[in-house]
Amino acid sequence: MAKSKNAVNRRNFLTRAAAGAAVLATKPTGVKAQNQSTRPTAPMPSPAQIAAETSAPTPRPEVYTTDRPGADFMVDVIKSLGFEYVAANPGSSFRGLHESLINYGANHMPELLTCCHEESSVAMAHGYAKIEGKPMMVMAHGTVGLQHASMAIYNAYADRVPVVIVLGNILDVNYRRSIVEWTHSVQDAAAMVRGFTKWDDTPVSLGHFAESAVRAYRIAMTPPMGPVVLVADGTLQDEPIPDAERRALRVPKLGLTAPPAADSAAIPEIARMLVAAENPLIIAGRCARTPQGMKLLVELAETIQAPVQEPRRYRMNFPTRHPLYGGGQIGEADVILGLEDSDFWQVLHAQRPINRMGMDYRPLTKDGARIVTISSNDLNDKSNYQDFGRYVEADLSIAADAEASLPVLIEACKRLITVERKTFFAERRRSIEAATRRAREQALEQAAWGWDASPISIARLSAEVWDQIKGEDWSLVSDVLFQSNWPTRLWDFTEHYQFNGGPGAFGMGYQAPASVGAALANRKHGRISVSFQGDGDLNYAPGVLWTAAHHHIPLLTIMHNNRAYHQERMYVQDMAARAERGIDRANIGTAITDPNINYATMAKAYGMFGVGPIENPNELAPAIRSALEVVKRGEPALIDVISQPR
Amino acid sequence: MKFLLLVGAAALAIAQGPGKPENGKMLFIKDGCFECHGYAGQGGVAGPRIAATALNAQALMRYVRRPFGAMPAFTPKVLPDPELADIYAYLKSLPPAKPAKDIPLLKQLQ
Repeated sequence: MAKSKNAVNRRNFLTRAAAGAAVLATKPTGVKAQNQSTRPTAPMPSPAQIAAETSAPTPRPEVYTTDRPGADFMVDVIKSLGFEYVAANPGSSFRGLHESLINYGANHMPELLTCCHEESSVAMAHGYAKIEGKPMMVMAHGTVGLQHASMAIYNAYADRVPVVIVLGNILDVNYRRSIVEWTHSVQDAAAMVRGFTKWDDTPVSLGHFAESAVRAYRIAMTPPMGPVVLVADGTLQDEPIPDAERRALRVPKLGLTAPPAADSAAIPEIARMLVAAENPLIIAGRCARTPQGMKLLVELAETIQAPVQEPRRYRMNFPTRHPLYGGGQIGEADVILGLEDSDFWQVLHAQRPINRMGMDYRPLTKDGARIVTISSNDLNDKSNYQDFGRYVEADLSIAADAEASLPVLIEACKRLITVERKTFFAERRRSIEAATRRAREQALEQAAWGWDASPISIARLSAEVWDQIKGEDWSLVSDVLFQSNWPTRLWDFTEHYQFNGGPGAFGMGYQAPASVGAALANRKHGRISVSFQGDGDLNYAPGVLWTAAHHHIPLLTIMHNNRAYHQERMYVQDMAARAERGIDRANIGTAITDPNINYATMAKAYGMFGVGPIENPNELAPAIRSALEVVKRGEPALIDVISQPR
Repeated sequence: MKFLLLVGAAALAIAQGPGKPENGKMLFIKDGCFECHGYAGQGGVAGPRIAATALNAQALMRYVRRPFGAMPAFTPKVLPDPELADIYAYLKSLPPAKPAKDIPLLKQLQ
């Protein structure tokens, strides 16, 4: 922009002022006094000020180094939160923090995990948190890295899992080195994921960073848990901590919030309903956050001898061979207690007919059935993403954490149980026990169908794996839905860490990295981690196999290789049948064939043990044995199994 | 009325002679029956077992044309009666499973 002739130029103004001051200095004191008395004036700059402002700028001292970049203090804060690991694909916007973590922080507590994709970083943290019960930290670019990470963040959010994500960003334009850093900078980095994170902040000072980091951790860990985002500004990371701040900076103490428990007036009401019920039924969603939650749910079920169902297996809520597990019928229940199930409406209703045009539904519950929910989902205040599920017309809804509410509920039930009710409950248990035993026998007979088939049946595959891990301390770190639930139908799950649930938002690309993260959490306990891995899921970001090999994470990956995005294939087939055309063409765009992918070769390329493809079920046992030997030595191994679709 | 005609046509197809299991096996794969029921018809989370089905031909055909569960309806336009008869013959030709007690890995789970 051209300057106007009359524009005030600060340097010229000061030069003229200096000349004027020089003139004034030669005038008689009387004139000066006269002038001062007649007209007030602003004090003139001193000669030193004038010299400082008008002479050529003094070159800044050339400071090449600092003994205390701001990122060091960030590491102090991060260490105070007790992170074991930080997962990251390296990025320039957090290079300062990266360097401080590995040198100032000695790459210990947290240790840096080298990831090949930000989606893998977050999903690893997701799987880890469900086993370990606390968050892993993730670092990513505030722009391109977060864009990669976003689906995995949504999965963690929908699965109510804490992850602490630190984003690099350079707000000050003076510090951006090139167009690369301009394109990697953003005004409001966390905006992209604000709809599916619990909280975020963009601190403008190191003290601000410290307070917000501690707050972020606490929010992530308060039910309903979820991912949080903290932006670590690049300038704050890289520039020295100002001398004035060095002594003043402190790390706030972390104090975790007690989970919200049910209202004390509501608990006796629920207890009365449960104890008086003829056929109560408990539906468990994400109920057991901890091993203690599982014990409490067993205690509640046994106190009133009520069956427990898990229509969706989100967590390890209940021992799978417990006589009360899986019993009961929705249509026969007179009181149904839903615990932390965001899909509860779907449990209570049948959408029929889903194979015809239009959509209708009918309740599965009998007339007069009382519906009660205890769920921290009711404390969720987000609206854009619809993971909260359909509105449930409950008789009593309690916005609280179910696990935290169970002790009081159990005691309230015990207080109400009379001798007569206890006798009635014992009889009810015998009936449920007989039904669950029959269901188990039917499952075993069902497992026999297709036993020798090729592609290999999932029931056979599950039984073969179980045969070799049953004597170990094992943990199934993958979901079981696409495996027709065969592992949970056949295996004996007794511990909280033995089942880790699924992705939350059903976003593909979760399973492989989440399994690696969970296996990492299991490593220090010496557990054998097992994952049934879909082929479509692995192909989103297979580089996580390298991460597992590089960090020596023992994990037995069993490829459920059905050579398709099979769920979508079934949907396309459904649409073709509806449209009365091309039912033989649903493979187009859904099959992963021509060429077939050799996952054993893929595993070897990433530096881990691989065997297969195995098409003959009789070859499974030796393959599992050899892979388990590798896992027991502390390394990952993969078996490629050509499998039935479901 | 239309429904009765359809079922009647299916019954006629069966009456014309037993289906051809070999062709039925090929159609079972080609027309995507395996997607929900498994390559061996063993069933799974997406569809029940249909290998060695206990349904008679008419009941199976009635269900395929007018299903009441999650399965889509396959009309004669995409799955003609003779082809459905072949698929039925294939399903009936599949041997029953061994009892679980005769399979050591399953026996130990009992």
